[in-house]
Amino acid sequence: MSTRAQIEEAILPPLVALMLAAVVGDALILIYGQSPADVYALLIEGTWGNAYGLGQVLYKATTLVFTGLAVGLGLRAGLFNIGAESQLAAGGFCAALVGMALPPGIPAILCLPLYLLAAAFGGGLVGAVPGVLKARFGAHEVIVTIMLNFIVLALLNYLTSAKVHVPDTLHTPELKSGALPRVGDLLPSFHGSAANATSLLAIAAAIALGWFLFRTRAGFELRAVGLQSRAAEYAGINVSGVVWRALAISGAVAGVGGLNYVVGYKHYYEEGFATGAGFLGIAVALVGRNHPVGIVVAALLFATLSQGGLAVNALVPKQMVDVLQAVVILAVSTSVPEVRQLLRGARGSSEK
Amino acid sequence: MRKLLILVGVLLVVHVALLFVHPSGAAQPSARAAVNVGVVFDLGGRGDKSFNDGAYLGAERAAKNLGVRVRFIEPGEGSDRESGLRLLAAEGMQLVIGVGFIFTDDLTQLAREYPNTRFAGVDYSVSMDTGGRIIPPPANLAALKFREEQGSFLVGAMAALLGQSKKVGFVGGMNFPLIHKFEAGYTAGVKRVCPDCEVVVQYAGVTPEAFRNPGKGKELALSQYQQGVNVIFHASGSTGLGVFEAARQTGKLAIGVDADQYKEAPGYVLTSMVKRVDNAVYDAISRVVDKRFTGGIYQYGLAEDGVGYVYDRHNQSLIPPAVRARLETLKQDIIAGRITVPNTRQ
Repeated sequence: MSTRAQIEEAILPPLVALMLAAVVGDALILIYGQSPADVYALLIEGTWGNAYGLGQVLYKATTLVFTGLAVGLGLRAGLFNIGAESQLAAGGFCAALVGMALPPGIPAILCLPLYLLAAAFGGGLVGAVPGVLKARFGAHEVIVTIMLNFIVLALLNYLTSAKVHVPDTLHTPELKSGALPRVGDLLPSFHGSAANATSLLAIAAAIALGWFLFRTRAGFELRAVGLQSRAAEYAGINVSGVVWRALAISGAVAGVGGLNYVVGYKHYYEEGFATGAGFLGIAVALVGRNHPVGIVVAALLFATLSQGGLAVNALVPKQMVDVLQAVVILAVSTSVPEVRQLLRGARGSSEK
Repeated sequence: MRKLLILVGVLLVVHVALLFVHPSGAAQPSARAAVNVGVVFDLGGRGDKSFNDGAYLGAERAAKNLGVRVRFIEPGEGSDRESGLRLLAAEGMQLVIGVGFIFTDDLTQLAREYPNTRFAGVDYSVSMDTGGRIIPPPANLAALKFREEQGSFLVGAMAALLGQSKKVGFVGGMNFPLIHKFEAGYTAGVKRVCPDCEVVVQYAGVTPEAFRNPGKGKELALSQYQQGVNVIFHASGSTGLGVFEAARQTGKLAIGVDADQYKEAPGYVLTSMVKRVDNAVYDAISRVVDKRFTGGIYQYGLAEDGVGYVYDRHNQSLIPPAVRARLETLKQDIIAGRITVPNTRQ
């Protein structure tokens, strides 16, 4: 297949999905009695049209890049990680615990490695559980990660509200040191926006993951298992080892996403700080075709829709934007070959 | 590939064509009135039939009666709360309202950043310094708080007067100070009219999940009804739906909370301790309209019609005139200050 054909195949299905979503959106807006042009104008105005809106898009996209990369990495190994939601929360929670234990006054650059480790550990631990269960006992990762979401989120809620919260709130005390700088500190026009230095980490993570997947032996093994696990096994790859490591790394990546809120924005862990970002990560990975570049672009798209939803709230209900996101996801998941392949794989294994 | 390209082209043409359609009823996003009010609800708040919907009703009433323009924002995730408040403040709204105690930090910060915009927080939680003194909110921020203990006192008295046993029940949601206020008022009300009555107090849990657990609510209520309790007051969000279910199943009575919950189990809801968020929101907006808005802590109790109990055609057959008269006397006593209702557990 020529490069041009490859690029076409990568870009066209999401493009169709987007156009379809746009037309459905038009229809919904008209049914609601508003003018599509007004609504889209307001959506652009409230997101890319001013520094604050742009900052918010950047902030939301950052979390989505992490969860998108996490899900995308899993899919590359043929594993569907639905647990990014709880892995993200666990990462943020562990980072907040470390931040509470630090002595005050340590510069951010020294704290950052600790926060990274803590968040990756928290998310990675939650990710490793389904990984080990799958590698050791063949438990299906979809079921395990879904169920773990309930368990982990309930546990974190309990720990937060029963052990470490500030009275009359649902959040932990603030980090003692090492809060990351916000974009607004450098560029005054971004004042008040939540965007912070974690966005740089997200770009670094996308590059690192791209390098890992396409330039290292471990990445090759991971993709080989994802494409055809029996062939990979025949070629001498330790499939169960790849499976649990892939899910653990996937969880760790999602966990680091928790830093965006905890270390970059509010400086504490709050119950439900990024509700939905883990699940939206699935959509980001699908639309981004499990490729780091695609995931970054898709994260920006979904972040724009999410922030735009607030801006157009004056004209149409928030649910409209939710529906738009859902249409994008539906359209993409019917047009993306990986998904079809996954479905075929699931059918094949159930016939055994 | 070609087919896909044609599809993209067709969709693009349709999309662009639809952009030119302009329905006659379409609103102008930039239309402004003399007073503009923005309201940010809590996550998934609209449609809760209680708190957030109360704020919505109050704001809509103000839009109708006072001619203000109201804009609502429903956040999608945690960071949207601040974002929503900021969008409204940056638009130059005269009043920005956050619905729920969770807005406390964001409102405080924004009130400092936008000293010319007025803010109001429903259930804003006022913090104390280390010496236990109240830290006042910024001068342009109104903390709209409720004396839930006063309304709870009255329904406590009602439960004791109509319970026909020496035991009345209380089911709380999350075991934390806000709900202790309900419990304290309720217990005081019971003891006022029936000093030797016992109040069976149970909580559904220690996490916010305890407000969303109807199964647990039913379990607690059934066990209380079996112990001889005939009336249960719940302050537990949707966990209370389980309490109503238990009342219906055993043919006993339950008391609703926040909004009139008669419809949840017609015939088994004795009354509801209502928290008039709508009145508080309307009040805050009307102060801005009349140019007499000042920051500070506003307490909405019985005297301000901020809390109360439901007595209407649905439940008046359950409440004899003598009991009604007794409750009204107690209410006047509280308003006049002859009775002080405790707001913390004894």
